[in-house]
Amino acid sequence: MESKYQGQDQTLLQQGHSGFAADWGSDQRVFKKVSWGKAMMWILLLSDTFVFACFLAAYMTARSSTTVDWPNASEVFALHIGGHNFPLLLIAIMTFVLISSSGTMAMAVNNAYRKARVPTALLMLATAALGAAFVGMQAFEWTKLISEGVRPWENPWGAEQFGASFFIITGFHGTHVTIGVIFLVIIARKVWRGDFDRDERSWMSRGNGDYEGVEIMGLYWHFVDLVWVFIFAFFYLW
Amino acid sequence: MVDRGSDDQMQLPPREVADVMPPHAHSWIGKYVFSQDAKYIAIQYSGTAVAIGLVALVMSWLMRLQLGFPGTFDFITAEAYYQFVTMHGMIMVIYLLTAIFLGGFGNYLIPLMVGARDMVFPFVNMLSYWVYLLAVLVLVASFFVPGGPTGAGWTLYPPQAVLSGTPGGAQSGIILMLVSLILFIIGFTMGGLNYAVTVLQARTRGMTMMRLPLTVWGIFTATVMALLAFPALFVACVMMLFDRLLGTSFFMPTLVELGEKLSYGGGSPIAFQHLFWFFGHPEVYIVALPAFGIVSDLIAVHARKNIFGYRMMVWAIVIIGALSFIVWAHHMYVSGMHPWFGFFFATTTLIIAIPTAIKVYNWVLTLWKGDIHLTIPMLFALGFIVTFVNGGLTGLFLGNVVVDVPLSDTMFVVAHFHMVMGVAPIMVIFGAIYHWYPKITGRMLNEAMGQIHFWVTFIGAYAVFFPMHYVGLVGVPRRYFEIGEPEFLTAPVDGLNAFISSAALIVGAVQVLFLFNIFWSLRRGREAGGNPWRAASLEWQTPETPPRHGNWDELPDVYRWAYDYSVPGAPEDYLAQNDPWFSDGEDRRL
Repeated sequence: MESKYQGQDQTLLQQGHSGFAADWGSDQRVFKKVSWGKAMMWILLLSDTFVFACFLAAYMTARSSTTVDWPNASEVFALHIGGHNFPLLLIAIMTFVLISSSGTMAMAVNNAYRKARVPTALLMLATAALGAAFVGMQAFEWTKLISEGVRPWENPWGAEQFGASFFIITGFHGTHVTIGVIFLVIIARKVWRGDFDRDERSWMSRGNGDYEGVEIMGLYWHFVDLVWVFIFAFFYLW
Repeated sequence: MVDRGSDDQMQLPPREVADVMPPHAHSWIGKYVFSQDAKYIAIQYSGTAVAIGLVALVMSWLMRLQLGFPGTFDFITAEAYYQFVTMHGMIMVIYLLTAIFLGGFGNYLIPLMVGARDMVFPFVNMLSYWVYLLAVLVLVASFFVPGGPTGAGWTLYPPQAVLSGTPGGAQSGIILMLVSLILFIIGFTMGGLNYAVTVLQARTRGMTMMRLPLTVWGIFTATVMALLAFPALFVACVMMLFDRLLGTSFFMPTLVELGEKLSYGGGSPIAFQHLFWFFGHPEVYIVALPAFGIVSDLIAVHARKNIFGYRMMVWAIVIIGALSFIVWAHHMYVSGMHPWFGFFFATTTLIIAIPTAIKVYNWVLTLWKGDIHLTIPMLFALGFIVTFVNGGLTGLFLGNVVVDVPLSDTMFVVAHFHMVMGVAPIMVIFGAIYHWYPKITGRMLNEAMGQIHFWVTFIGAYAVFFPMHYVGLVGVPRRYFEIGEPEFLTAPVDGLNAFISSAALIVGAVQVLFLFNIFWSLRRGREAGGNPWRAASLEWQTPETPPRHGNWDELPDVYRWAYDYSVPGAPEDYLAQNDPWFSDGEDRRL
């Protein structure tokens, strides 16, 4: 059996429900082809899902229980270009950029499976660049809103929870993107230098061509992207 | 390749993960201070938790002094009393019970019991402890800032928590409390990922999930719950920190304070309650499930009998864990809700009684006709069953909306939750320390001191909390600094209060004897040997006691569950999990 990662894949897997039961009923590992690092990332993301879910639930509670009108998102988040107002234009571009970055990330993971050193590193750098562009546009959006008088405790258009929710939710998501960009660059550098190809163990790789760190990074990146889709839907489109 | 779908358990499959010894530290600091060995991290966690727990114990004394003998102690002001209430509750629930069960027992027992060399990410595990220590230090710092620690009650309900009428509300007390909680959650998450992945992915050969000791099942399920419940507290803390520092109004409605309208407006205090209790109710079981698991093992070992209904015990743990996420609003009946919601939450709450009762029956049936050794761990296990049933029954009262509304915010509630999630888990912690101390140190704890410790603690806890139910039924509200003799009390309670306070002082004092025993036995305790209780689970089968870094010479192969006691025909009255003996005499080793 062709092994994707060294030192793994010694087990034959059954398909379907009986396979599910067999995995949970077996010894050593429940998730047969999942490394410790990948299992950790999945569980971390599950926990993080609850963080964002709680933020969004708290925001929706505030929005539906406030007695003051909620500012109109399509007006607040409009760009004024050439005498026309384009509602949600910047947000649309940001969303496009972030989703595109998931595409380049997926391509990077695909190249990592084939241990293609240079394309993997370049695609990860492209992902990082798109992520950085996203954070940059978010900074622009924050600056614009702040200059228009939006504060966590007040804004010119309506319920003061608008600004508070906006800054806390997009801020928390932006922090996630920023952390992701930093790690993308770190891992891309390691891939580029061939650190994962040498016979060296580190906390990111078992060495000898173990590129799994790229895939784990990808899990995180797709998660951050997915969270943005929910923020986009519940905060901007509602 | 073994066909894992068949019933054939005779042969073990090949190793799926390479057996790698974790790198040994060489410096003294690497071994004993910034240790990455789960066993040292466990001791660090437990030591810190017990130290901060002693602070909370002293605060409970001060509270009882005020309630038992009002007006006698001038230094206990109303503000100080509220601060004691708050910090006692917060420390006991989060920084002692959660930390010692998951960070302490989880770290020590999981790798040993599943047959691993260490946790899967030792470095992250080490960070977990240091972030926890930082959280504790921030909490302690709040005692020394102007205004002192927060006095908002351990539930930190807004809006009062961040207003000037509450101690620490307008000063730094509440800020440090929230920062400390955020740090605790970050630290716990690092550890929790370790515990969960180690149980799921790092078991030894032959160790299936259904052969895990119930201790591991309890800690594992509690860990998963904590990873899903703490996010709600995290979000609530961050948002309240914004309300306090930036003047946002997530939880703050329009308010008038001292005749002055505050800048807050439009927020929902109830939203905080929902977030808090979405964490807060699972938290009860985060503390209780490890206790359930550990007590099951204590009973089986010291009654020399297999645990009754192992599969049911596992499923009960899992079902309790799942149900505990849909009962949180039973803490909020008096906050007001649609009657149908009250109906829903009362129903789910009462349904939890079913898996819980299964567990109690199974403990009792394990004892039934067992060879019961009344060792100290067994005494504490029996004490747990009694106090837990007691606290669980009053929980059935409080789970019903119509009964809860008049009893809410009385001392009855205080008595209930102290019985069910205070005394009962603490009994298990004591029993577990007496049980595993020989493995951790190589020596037995002193038996005579243990007997005194158990009987005074057990009888004393009843003397404290049993009359407290009555005090609550008579109508004494909780969290009152001083109530005098109001007309709504149907009977005088002064004498009872003085009695409860005296008992509380004695129970607290005997814990000093326990601490003395721990240090005294380090050098003078009887030599224990590797397996003094003749227990079957893996942690007792290590080649050295205390186990060294890496735990094993060669990873053990597991042939059976952890409860093969008094097996007919077996050479001893227990069969260790890695003992390849079978009744047909066939050698099934690889």
